[in-house]
Amino acid sequence: MKKFGGIATFIDRDDINTDEIIPAKYLTEITKQALKPHLLEDLRLEDGSFDPRSEEIKKASVLVTRSNFGCGSSREHAVWALEVNNITVVIASSFARIFRQNMFNCGILAVELSDAELDRLFGLAPEVQINVDLEREELIATDARDSKIECSFSLNPFDRELVAAGGWLAYADQKY
Amino acid sequence: MGQTIAEKIFAAHLRDSPTPDNMVLGIDVVMCHEITTPIAIVDLMDKGMDRVFNPDRIKAVIDHVTPPKDSKTATQAKIMRDWARRHGIKDFFDIGRNGVCHALFPEKGFIRPGYTVIMGDSHTCTHGAFGAFAAGIGTTDLEVGILKGVCAFRKPRSMKIEVVGEMQKGVSAKDIILHIIKQLTVNGATDLIMEFTGPVIASMDMASRMTLCNMSVEAGATSGICMPDRVTAQYLWPFIQQEYASIEAAVEDFAKWCSDDDAVYEKTLDIDVTTLSPQVTYDYKPDQVKDITEMAGTPVDQVYIGSCTNGRIEDIRAAAAILKGRTIADSVRGILTPATPAIYSQALDEGLIKIFMDSGFCVLNPTCGACLGMSSGVLAEGEVCASTTNRNFNGRMGKGGMVHLMSPVSAAAAAVTGEITDPRSFLDK
Ligand code: SF4
Repeated sequence: MKKFGGIATFIDRDDINTDEIIPAKYLTEITKQALKPHLLEDLRLEDGSFDPRSEEIKKASVLVTRSNFGCGSSREHAVWALEVNNITVVIASSFARIFRQNMFNCGILAVELSDAELDRLFGLAPEVQINVDLEREELIATDARDSKIECSFSLNPFDRELVAAGGWLAYADQKY
Repeated sequence: MGQTIAEKIFAAHLRDSPTPDNMVLGIDVVMCHEITTPIAIVDLMDKGMDRVFNPDRIKAVIDHVTPPKDSKTATQAKIMRDWARRHGIKDFFDIGRNGVCHALFPEKGFIRPGYTVIMGDSHTCTHGAFGAFAAGIGTTDLEVGILKGVCAFRKPRSMKIEVVGEMQKGVSAKDIILHIIKQLTVNGATDLIMEFTGPVIASMDMASRMTLCNMSVEAGATSGICMPDRVTAQYLWPFIQQEYASIEAAVEDFAKWCSDDDAVYEKTLDIDVTTLSPQVTYDYKPDQVKDITEMAGTPVDQVYIGSCTNGRIEDIRAAAAILKGRTIADSVRGILTPATPAIYSQALDEGLIKIFMDSGFCVLNPTCGACLGMSSGVLAEGEVCASTTNRNFNGRMGKGGMVHLMSPVSAAAAAVTGEITDPRSFLDK
């Protein structure tokens, strides 16, 4: 099975919407790869702590953020923009429904943690490695000084099956 | 134990239940537009799966950027057009016959009480106004919908929103839903179905119910839904008269979908609209809502009346009542986009288009256009738009632009004065 995890990038804001993840002007693209340079292009945090063009985000495979990630439009382009940038896991306290479903449908992990656990993860930033054990539903975050935080999470069993099957299209094509 | 309308619809369409919490439903209508469908078509073709489960249950429209603005949007349209022809999809709507999906498809009678409806568009929740379960989905779900006619959802959990009181003049469904989203916040209804009930909803026309349900996703909801009743039956009558002996008979049949009195809800919210003022958003999230009086005087550069939220004939009439005999401020660009050709034509017949044009508005063909900042009225950096659409996200109508969401009468009032204005000051005179 695909490996989930790697270097993490942190975005300290609630309600990051799909227009911020991938602006509507790129919806005319008909290949996923064309979305690659535009991930989070229009996102600005008030404190200036996020730069969509930074090296940090280019290296990341895990995105850690706050609540209601992916709200707004149904565009799966937003999930693909993550996918083509090698993001395999998003960790948040909650997700918008369509976005969360799109993630599992594409075989990408949406992990929900409590606000308190997220605070602990944010406390480790920057330079954090997060590895996910899908079987045990656990993740381990390690910072530059080798301090570790372990968190367990729970996935809806069906969503887990989708991730294991390689997405909903493959699953449904076999079953229905 | 009683059931909610959503539970009844889910039970009637259940095809599989991979876990007790996950339900795979048979889908009655799969709707498609040219932003999210071509990429699904191309992917299915690449995978050697270019099939459709049932061409009669697929409805397709080119609406987001139409006529095409450039080669890329022309290509998207072409992929859709070729696909519809290839698979014999009869209900495909192209230029001249096309309109904003969530206004066009109800008008064609495609949505019925008790139906399951999906589309690769978050505002698919609009169709819940007919007592259907209608939800926005992504492209993978759309591909499976097109291929197999099924879609997976979590077990439905509902929230009951009871709306009572007497609406003041100048207050409309748009103000009610903005007020509700403010109460709930942008994720207050995540994974829930917002069921709108109570005397205010019962006396609302279908256009207002669609406006309400349209914005349920802005509170995170899976969908909005209203009980199908006489108003629903009357709207659908031209399409169902072969099936029912009378409107009475249709109303009676529709009742089988309505929530039971002892149905169980996750949450309830009571709204009294008696003292509700016109509402407006003030920042980049749809729950950032204030009474319009608090925002009065904010200058606007553009006024946009249209979209699946408020581009229907009722909305155009309401705005025209304010524009009649007046001209819009010199500092303002006014844009009207009737949501469908039938609405446009009706507005012409009623002399409404002339009122808009005489006031200084530009009248465009039916399209989503400026609503998502892709064409037909994109804002420049720093510009402000008073808009009847549903989303005020940063950059939504153009990078660096600010969108204030409001009702059609409030937007018309802003056009006349050039600033956010309480529309009641026009209506009282
Ligand atoms: S009018 Fe706006 S919100 Fe409605 S379907 Fe079109 S782009 Fe989406």
